[in-house]
Amino acid sequence: MSPLLSLRNIWVEYGDRIILEKLSIDIEAGSFVSIVGPSGAGKSSLLRLILGQEAPTQGVILLDGTPLTSECGPDRGVVFQRYSVFPHLSALRNTMFGIECEKAPLSARLFGKARRAAQDEAAEMLDAVGLGDSMHMFPAQMSGGMQQRLAIAQALVKRPRILLLDEPFGALDPGIRADMHALINRLWRDYALTIIMVTHDIREAFALGTRVLSIDKRRRDPHAPHRFGATAVYDLALRKKEPDPVPDEANPVSPETVSSH
Amino acid sequence: MRWVNRQVGRRGGVLLGATPILLLLLLYLLLAANRHALNPMDKILPLPVGMAQAMSDLLFTPDQLTGHLLFWADTLASLQRLSIGLGIATAAALLVGLVLGVLPPVRATFGPLVTSIAVIPPIALLPILFIALGLGETAKVALIVIGIAPVMVRDIAAHVAAIPREQIIKAQTLGASSWQIMIRVALPQAMPRLFHAVRLALGPAWVFLISAEAIASDVGLGYRIFLVRRYLSMDVIIPYVIWIALLAIAMDAAFAILGRRLFPWAQGASH
Repeated sequence: MSPLLSLRNIWVEYGDRIILEKLSIDIEAGSFVSIVGPSGAGKSSLLRLILGQEAPTQGVILLDGTPLTSECGPDRGVVFQRYSVFPHLSALRNTMFGIECEKAPLSARLFGKARRAAQDEAAEMLDAVGLGDSMHMFPAQMSGGMQQRLAIAQALVKRPRILLLDEPFGALDPGIRADMHALINRLWRDYALTIIMVTHDIREAFALGTRVLSIDKRRRDPHAPHRFGATAVYDLALRKKEPDPVPDEANPVSPETVSSH
Repeated sequence: MRWVNRQVGRRGGVLLGATPILLLLLLYLLLAANRHALNPMDKILPLPVGMAQAMSDLLFTPDQLTGHLLFWADTLASLQRLSIGLGIATAAALLVGLVLGVLPPVRATFGPLVTSIAVIPPIALLPILFIALGLGETAKVALIVIGIAPVMVRDIAAHVAAIPREQIIKAQTLGASSWQIMIRVALPQAMPRLFHAVRLALGPAWVFLISAEAIASDVGLGYRIFLVRRYLSMDVIIPYVIWIALLAIAMDAAFAILGRRLFPWAQGASH
């Protein structure tokens, strides 16, 4: 099976500062990749590359065998640590946003039957992340954990090929964080997701991931530390139970459609 | 107890806030009474009775020349100019501010122009406006627009540009185009700020309105004040100034309440 996402000999340089060097990774569909590493090592740069927010200085990134354009698109969903929900929309409207953008290019708003269909789909997704009772709340009225649940629901409505998580639980209390781990694990299985998560928390990385990538500099020049970039120094495949083969009734992305391209 | 820790309750606040105003009123009355004791014909500090008499003519007696009730004609003319000017400036601020804030190429192209226009003192442009647009209503409205729009445009553009990058990225991963980001992400979040900008612009708008009316007009609150100045008619000027203050306070309060009602999600957060 060819990998879903493939980074080939990636370099990222800002001026004469080298952030990432000679990075090659293949990511299989259905895997849960945790990316760890010291602050400033380039974890977030790597995520921005995959997201399409930035282009690599050298190298190619292939998604399903086709090179990525350096622009974000609906095939890659994202949840940031903060600010990834729209403060002016209720939870339901936040979740409907993706559907509305796709179906109404001009007004980005749906009416009548199409609107009800979108509402039903969004409500189902909110139920799946445990926000079924808070559909009409604004983000400012929600706790940090609820906001992150909403951000996940909002991304999953688009059925992204890859879900990118940028320290999604970093700002949450430990108790809430455990709940969120259980949630993301369940969603990953139910919806057969491919997840790439950047985290500071090594325990989180090993608890959730099927594979842990450690990003760090291989070499250091004490006189010019910026001239060596980081790369994947450890790539650990973790043995885990296979993703639950029983698909969820709630219309998941089935593994067949993922690998058919 | 330290003064920084002394909190004032609601009733206490009203009481404290009213005190200096009442004291000032009292001081005025004392001074006016004092002057009138020396000279019953004094015009500089009129007594409330005198003001009521002068104003009743303007309020209830039709003018011999035009047949209008002058006070109401003045108020109507001024409010009309003010609201047209504010309306145009607000629409421009929203439109231009939004486009400047969301689209970096447009910001790079027109940002410096807006900044340059904003630093010109609008009153210096008044002669140009009178020459180009004549002495009619257009020039007065144009002065208000030129006076307040650039600041509002810059405010909205800066606010929109400060929407967290994460939100814009997130919208793109949800499939939104530039247009969709503009109308669904940036526009709604600019609206509370727009209300705020209008409230802040009310003060300057009044300044430009009164200036334009003082220089060339035949009706309006500012026109009347500057007209009766020739006769030292403080008994008209003072009630007019109080009336202008009341109108300004009412408009400010109306925008504040409307903003709170329309954008409940924006309370307490800047973004």
